[in-house]
Amino acid sequence: MNAAWRWSRENLFSSPLNTALTVLSVALLGYMVPPLLDWALFSADFRGNTREACEGEGACWVFVRVHLPQFIYGFYPEELRWRVNLAFLLLPLWAAPLFWRRMSRKGWWLASLLLLYPLCAWTLFRGGVAGLAPVPTSDWGGLFLTLVIAGVGMAAALPLGVLLALGRRSRMPITRAICTVFIEFWRGVPLITVLFMASVMLPLFLPQGVNLDKLLRALIGVALFAGAYMAEVIRGGLQGVDRGQYEAAEALGLGYWRQMGLIILPQALRLVIPGIVNSFIALFKDTTLVLIIGLFDLLGIVQAAATDPRWLGSATEGYVFAGLLFWVFCYGMSLYSRRLERRPGAGR
Amino acid sequence: MARRHTPFGAAPRTPRWRDPRTRALVFQVVLLGAVALGIGWIVNNTLSNLARQGIASGLGFWGEDAGFGIIMSLIEYSEAASYGRAFLVGLLNTLLVSALGILLATLLGLVIGIARLSPNWLLRRLAAAYIETFRNIPLLLAIFFWYFAVLRSLPHPRHSIDLFGLAYLSNRGVYLPQPVLGGGPGWLIAGLILGVLAVLALHRWTRRRRNAGRPLPVYPLWLGIAFILPPAVLLAAGGLSWSLPALRGFNFQGGMGLIPEFVALLLALSIYTAAFVAEIVRAGIESVARGQQEAASALGLNRRQSLRLVVLPQAMRVIVPPLTNQYLNLTKNSSLAAAIAYPDLVSVFAGTVLNQTGQAVEVISITMAVYLTISLLIALAMNLYNRRTEWGVRR
Repeated sequence: MNAAWRWSRENLFSSPLNTALTVLSVALLGYMVPPLLDWALFSADFRGNTREACEGEGACWVFVRVHLPQFIYGFYPEELRWRVNLAFLLLPLWAAPLFWRRMSRKGWWLASLLLLYPLCAWTLFRGGVAGLAPVPTSDWGGLFLTLVIAGVGMAAALPLGVLLALGRRSRMPITRAICTVFIEFWRGVPLITVLFMASVMLPLFLPQGVNLDKLLRALIGVALFAGAYMAEVIRGGLQGVDRGQYEAAEALGLGYWRQMGLIILPQALRLVIPGIVNSFIALFKDTTLVLIIGLFDLLGIVQAAATDPRWLGSATEGYVFAGLLFWVFCYGMSLYSRRLERRPGAGR
Repeated sequence: MARRHTPFGAAPRTPRWRDPRTRALVFQVVLLGAVALGIGWIVNNTLSNLARQGIASGLGFWGEDAGFGIIMSLIEYSEAASYGRAFLVGLLNTLLVSALGILLATLLGLVIGIARLSPNWLLRRLAAAYIETFRNIPLLLAIFFWYFAVLRSLPHPRHSIDLFGLAYLSNRGVYLPQPVLGGGPGWLIAGLILGVLAVLALHRWTRRRRNAGRPLPVYPLWLGIAFILPPAVLLAAGGLSWSLPALRGFNFQGGMGLIPEFVALLLALSIYTAAFVAEIVRAGIESVARGQQEAASALGLNRRQSLRLVVLPQAMRVIVPPLTNQYLNLTKNSSLAAAIAYPDLVSVFAGTVLNQTGQAVEVISITMAVYLTISLLIALAMNLYNRRTEWGVRR
């Protein structure tokens, strides 16, 4: 009791100003939290199957419950959804050894994760080979599509970013100029215009008869955009590596690629892990923009369901649910990056 | 490094293909060739595709009649106006929402960033909750939330929410009192210029006096400018009256009407960006070494002086570059307006105009060029400011 009293004296009421701020904060909380809880929980409806089942003043979570499978899988055929589940189960299993500290040859494992896993997952999702029924990408949607776009974007952005960052710091003037222009171009325009470009202009760029899938076009746009951002993060890491390391690498007589691959890049990447995770978070949030070119990611599906006349007035519940899901993913990633930052010896 | 020395005799000539300089040259030529070939291939494909599909190319569409309405324009616009005019309307709307968004986000972000460092535990937690909530939710979701879940579900104008008879909230938008000047806007502009000149003159004067060792009481002077000049100008401009919105028939008349699309976009942009600005402000203030503040108090500066003269100038160096990025992001993010049909550049130009003319290449290129220009201009302005602060500290 005494300790609690002392703590609040120090932390809440240390000065007149502080006391006023505390009172204000409490008032704000009191004004916002009880109605919010009442809406979301106490007066909310959970049971039933139609809009009419919701009579209370609170949230109508029935909307979310009924649409949940759609929110997660989009229009993916119900009997084939195990393929999506399998692919997503495979990912943590494949990635697990990376978190095992005593594992050697992590680089190769990471490479297999970045190159082989997407291929496997794509085959599972798309079907059409090995007796798997094909599912056109236009049926993909929901959280599943969000994860696919974000995942492909991240997997493509990392190597692209490394190459661009190396190019921008290269001693060769032409290489440097090309990479700089490329990076600054993609970073200077909004993602939405990149997506417009991918969906409207890309077909014009390709020879007659070549038809790229709409999802694939969006993925190309997202990858190029994310790659340019990643390049700047990695450039920061390359600049952060001690000069002596570059000189030592050169003194060892290693060629350029070995210098970079064996000595500089591992240190540079470790330096900017938080920055990389932050760009992943940004990318994850940005995937929502594909709904503007007509792909139904999580937000797109929620948006479509909320405009269904049978469920009029359910928009708030839908957005709150989607927001919660996005929040969990993004906050999880940011917690992870913060833990990495605090880990002893991180970046050294 | 073209040659290696060996202990015996002359160094053997490195074969030309192993010479790093040759390699660099070859690599660059190949890269340049590949890029040029790629661009050529794309241009060639595009030209033949355009020819085959019978799409006109060039900027001939610029002067044609647009033939569509725009729900909000800062300049005169009608359906008979040209595509060029529609482009201008969209651009101005983008600039308006970006500028206001930057202003609001900076103010809100500053307050929350400082609250995040407050000695008050509760306030600190509230600020942290704000930051973590809004930073981790997609902006588009926030825009949809404000637009569809909040502003669109407000009552009809007839039953609108009345804020003390001054402002009204309804699903048609937000109606605020509008200031009306008795005289023309000329007086206001003259007053503004006068104010800027007065501030500049005062700044020079106080600095000269300070350098001469006879500092002026600065605060009374500033207060004089702030509290005497604006009313004087307003009086000269013929007095100020307010036009209040009032319900007549089916909608409000008078006052300043803000369409829900604009309000939703502005709210979402500033609330979202403020979370990032707050983190930047906090990181900036925290980056100033503790010793600096201790040294300042050892010199006998009080809290406010040490903050203004020691901590903030150093924090600004850390704050300005990422803040620039946030301003750029906000401007680019304003393009999400297209999702709720706020008539910004992307929505009007890359949306409606593109659909009507079908000239994707020109329209998308122009849109991208505009954003690139805005980005470069903001970056330039902030770099100039950045250099100034850096220089000021080094001096």
